[in-house]
Amino acid sequence: MATQQSRALGRIAVAPSVIALFLWMIVPLAMTIWFSFLRYNLLDPNYACSLLTPGQLFDEANRCFAGTSNYYYFLTDPAFFKAMTNSLLIVGSVLLISIVGGTLFALLLDQAIVGRNIVRLMVIAPFFVMPTVAALVWQNMLMDPIIGFISWITKSLGMGAIDWFTHYPKTAVVIIVAWQWFPFATLILLTALQSFDEEQKEAAQMDGTPPLSFFWYMILPHLARPITVVVLIETIFLLNVFAEIYVTGTGGRAGNLPYLVYQYGLLSNDIGGASAGGIVAVVLANIVAFFLMRMIGKNLEG
Amino acid sequence: MARAVSSRRKWTFTLIAWFLAFLIFFPILWTILTSFKTEGDAAAIPPRFLFFDWTFENYGVVQERSNYFKFAMNSVILALGSTFFALLIAIPSAWSMAFAPGKRTKDLLMWMLSTKMMPPVGALIPLYLIFRDFGLLDTRGGLIAVLMMLNLPIIIWMLYTYFKEIPSEILEAARMDGASVWKELVYVLTPMAIPGIASTILLNVILAWNEAFWTLALTTKDAAPLPQFIASYSSPEGLFWAKLSAASTMAIAPILVLGWFAQKQLVRGLTFGAVK
Repeated sequence: MATQQSRALGRIAVAPSVIALFLWMIVPLAMTIWFSFLRYNLLDPNYACSLLTPGQLFDEANRCFAGTSNYYYFLTDPAFFKAMTNSLLIVGSVLLISIVGGTLFALLLDQAIVGRNIVRLMVIAPFFVMPTVAALVWQNMLMDPIIGFISWITKSLGMGAIDWFTHYPKTAVVIIVAWQWFPFATLILLTALQSFDEEQKEAAQMDGTPPLSFFWYMILPHLARPITVVVLIETIFLLNVFAEIYVTGTGGRAGNLPYLVYQYGLLSNDIGGASAGGIVAVVLANIVAFFLMRMIGKNLEG
Repeated sequence: MARAVSSRRKWTFTLIAWFLAFLIFFPILWTILTSFKTEGDAAAIPPRFLFFDWTFENYGVVQERSNYFKFAMNSVILALGSTFFALLIAIPSAWSMAFAPGKRTKDLLMWMLSTKMMPPVGALIPLYLIFRDFGLLDTRGGLIAVLMMLNLPIIIWMLYTYFKEIPSEILEAARMDGASVWKELVYVLTPMAIPGIASTILLNVILAWNEAFWTLALTTKDAAPLPQFIASYSSPEGLFWAKLSAASTMAIAPILVLGWFAQKQLVRGLTFGAVK
């Protein structure tokens, strides 16, 4: 088996990646933690420090200790609660749409249909569309209340135009994000379905197994693993949805946690507050990750 | 009788599937169609589907006004550059983990994956400040480094699952013949690993091309890739639909084509080999 030499070489080969990833993870994290305890504003550092904690400046950037006040302000900011619910809303609804819709659609595409390959190409296409394009196209060409395509349909049906981004900004963002991620789930689940044993399918048909119980007892267990993977991957990306909110200008009402941190940091220049927000986001993501990693760890072993 | 029923069933399913697929694809199709309209036709109610004055002028105007090629060039450089440097350190790592696994290899892989769970906002502020202080804001080099680190875990995982499928008997045979580790790497492993590496490149280029959070936050002009180019069309004065459509079409077309070719690898790569 592996010789002494190749094992030593193996360590050297792994080292760069491990070191790079470790630094990539730990340096920004450490800095974020450090900043989160500082009163640190890029625009007007003096004001914040001298007014609230006089005589506590400790470096040339006019930063001073803020204790836990950044956390206090961030966590008690009404915007935080809103952002968190929006984050959960986006992740939850898009996951639901992806898994349920994706499973149903994958089952449909797994049937003997004509031109399945072309259908599959059309279905997966939205996944490759860059988020900023998806957001702009939906906002302007489809969901515009006056000349958008959807409003033309709803008006033709006599339902009147819907002003999505004024009245239902969250629904609009969920629709755009789901449009991009539902195809991904469909593609993965379809691939998994196609590896299902044909003979079992035929045997079940011969035995006259009702389709529903066949789905429940045979197909669904077969899909357990791909579904786990879809949940993991989509959660990683969905927790961090940003462009769709940024570009459509719905940050005020549909803004999620990443957007709120961006707002604190790069719009208000409040580095301390943004860092506290970043740490809160990291902690929340880790809670989610903890369960997901255990799930996927178990699922990927076999 | 049975055949008639199953044929009817087949066509029903086909019809439903095509209808739904068309709905899903419609926004893209509509964008492409609109990009060939005049602004007047683009805003017409009821919408004009195929019977309008086809024109290519939007593409020219977009290129002229916002210099598409500069952004596209940045996208290409960032996507290829980040992929190249990531592969440089990922290939040896994945190779050694696949062929000389230690006790901790599984844990190491899981840890690498877990770095993807870290929300970018947790690193946004320090990275922004580091970039600012070192003059890396809006530079290609800085962004290549970020994109490289961003996708490194996925690249290592993907390569690992591909390399693991190379039968180790072949390596043993090569060793029996007295091949050195280096020779083993160059003559035995590399040829067998090339398809896996190619798939990894394909997927990573797609991910890097579409990455929006970091490119929006860390670039403004010089190093800005296509997501930033499109975002500039979200300002009110930029809202001319035919031009927006032309810009969008140009931004997504290359990757859409690549993506269609990469479907299978995408499934495998993004599921870490769990679904093939």
